[in-house]
Amino acid sequence: QEPQASGLPEYIKIVEVGPRDGLQNEKVIVPTDIKIELINQLSKTGLPAIEVTSFVSSKWVPQMADHKEVMRGIERHPGVQYPVLTPNLQGFHSAIAAGATEVSVFGAASESFSKMNINCSIEESIEKFEEVTKSARNMNIPVRGYVSCALGCPYEGSVVPDKVAEVSKRLYSMGCYEISLGDTIGVGTPGTMKKMLEAVMKEIPLSALAVHCHDTYGQALANILTAIQMGVAVVDSSVAGLGGCPYAKGATGNVATEDVIYMLNGLGINTGVNLYAVMEAGNFICTALNKTTNSKVAQASFNTGTI
Amino acid sequence: NVVPTPVKINLINMLSETGLQVIEATSFVSPKWVPQMADHTEVMQGINKLPGISYPVLTPNLKGFQAAVAAGAKEVSIFGAASELFTKKNINCSIEESLERFDEVMKAAREASIPVRGYVSCVLGCPYEGKISAAKVAEVSKKMYAMGCYEISLGDTIGVGTPGSMREMLAVVMKEVPVGALAVHCHDTYGQALANILVALQMGVSVVDASVAGLGGCPYAQGASGNVATEDLVYMLNGLGIHTGVDLQKLMDTGTFICNALNRRTNSKVSQASCRL
Repeated sequence: QEPQASGLPEYIKIVEVGPRDGLQNEKVIVPTDIKIELINQLSKTGLPAIEVTSFVSSKWVPQMADHKEVMRGIERHPGVQYPVLTPNLQGFHSAIAAGATEVSVFGAASESFSKMNINCSIEESIEKFEEVTKSARNMNIPVRGYVSCALGCPYEGSVVPDKVAEVSKRLYSMGCYEISLGDTIGVGTPGTMKKMLEAVMKEIPLSALAVHCHDTYGQALANILTAIQMGVAVVDSSVAGLGGCPYAKGATGNVATEDVIYMLNGLGINTGVNLYAVMEAGNFICTALNKTTNSKVAQASFNTGTI
Repeated sequence: NVVPTPVKINLINMLSETGLQVIEATSFVSPKWVPQMADHTEVMQGINKLPGISYPVLTPNLKGFQAAVAAGAKEVSIFGAASELFTKKNINCSIEESLERFDEVMKAAREASIPVRGYVSCVLGCPYEGKISAAKVAEVSKKMYAMGCYEISLGDTIGVGTPGSMREMLAVVMKEVPVGALAVHCHDTYGQALANILVALQMGVSVVDASVAGLGGCPYAQGASGNVATEDLVYMLNGLGIHTGVDLQKLMDTGTFICNALNRRTNSKVSQASCRL
């Protein structure tokens, strides 16, 4: 199956967000050594980028309180990026001191979400991020920008594609090398994904775009497919689908890396990732968390004994 | 667990109120083989048959067909497969022999003016043979269409298909069967169902099979899921602005009913998300 024949990218970069986005949204707080072991296992799967932790105050995000220990404790494999979240300059300095070589900032396309999540307006948050990107530029540290609520907001409902494009453009102009567009509550469908991407693609080059789809309504793979049909070649996902949705109790959140890779393999698209190795890492963390995986591929594979 | 007859009847009656136009009611197969469908006659006779809604039933052979018609069925389905090994294991004969059996049903159905839907299993992979050639799927589909099936439902029986294999298979089948007579029946065992359905829609398919609450596991992968959830499908189609006539809320309520009756969680993510505990 030739991906190029169907207009799809030949290679897709998978950004693994399980250790941060995933674990931050799990009910159980995971011990530091388990986090480190998970990241070390993921480093051996071929994943090119693994989001390690978040340098945010432990008052707000206790699950990530051990950010320094995790950053210092993990094996750093050549060719693998280990980005960390840095919501402000203080977090940025702390991250660099702990050895971080790439950081991320999180914007939103919804004022209400911005206010409820980080207690400031979109404009104010952009100003904070600018401090980070200035420092980062001085130190040659790449910065990735996230835009939350790209396809809908838990408070505002529908989100205008032009707003997503506007926020994305601000982040890109201030120096973010990549913009990850997040369907934070998973309400998007291929229709809204297409419209949003069309608006954003007017402002940001395709090669700088990523999609971060949540599977809360089971739409993630269909949305990702739509995005890659439009040429997007970077996809965020979480091993074992770690990380529930804080806005819909009991519902799922992140799309499972295993299920994404299964689809991309079937499409003949190269990711460089070994699916079985990811399933094993998923099995490890689910056992540690005493929970069943959210990955259908893992469920099916373990149950047919093909793993 | 075998579901009691009144629960089945209530489920079908609730589904009839959602706007769905086709509801597969039961299977006229020997209870020795499929005990869960032993009450086929009672179910067929017990449900409210609303005008404008079709209630097809499975009829694997002439005997089943006759029993179905006697019980009031107005549409039947036959199940073929694109895999020799699957056919052998499933109904203990070759594909060719199975088509001969179906021919008897087709003849009787034609005489009684009863429409017949044809299913082709294993279109994107087989639990025994592994990879299945698109040419084989096209060959079996063509035969069943030529025999008189008004529609061919292409089933990814073990859910191993991906948008790539779906596209490839449909491209070949569409050379032999008009797209207007095609349906897709995707399983979500590997989470690929909605992406596969999306590709089918992009290629012009406009009939999709799904199961309320994602009922029905996969007999080939213990504990894994099977059918794609109708709620999740309708959610996607609504988002795409595609008309289905189905009321999603009523559908979710129906899913809640059957899951409570079965004492199990729904497989529909839309239902899970909408349920604020």
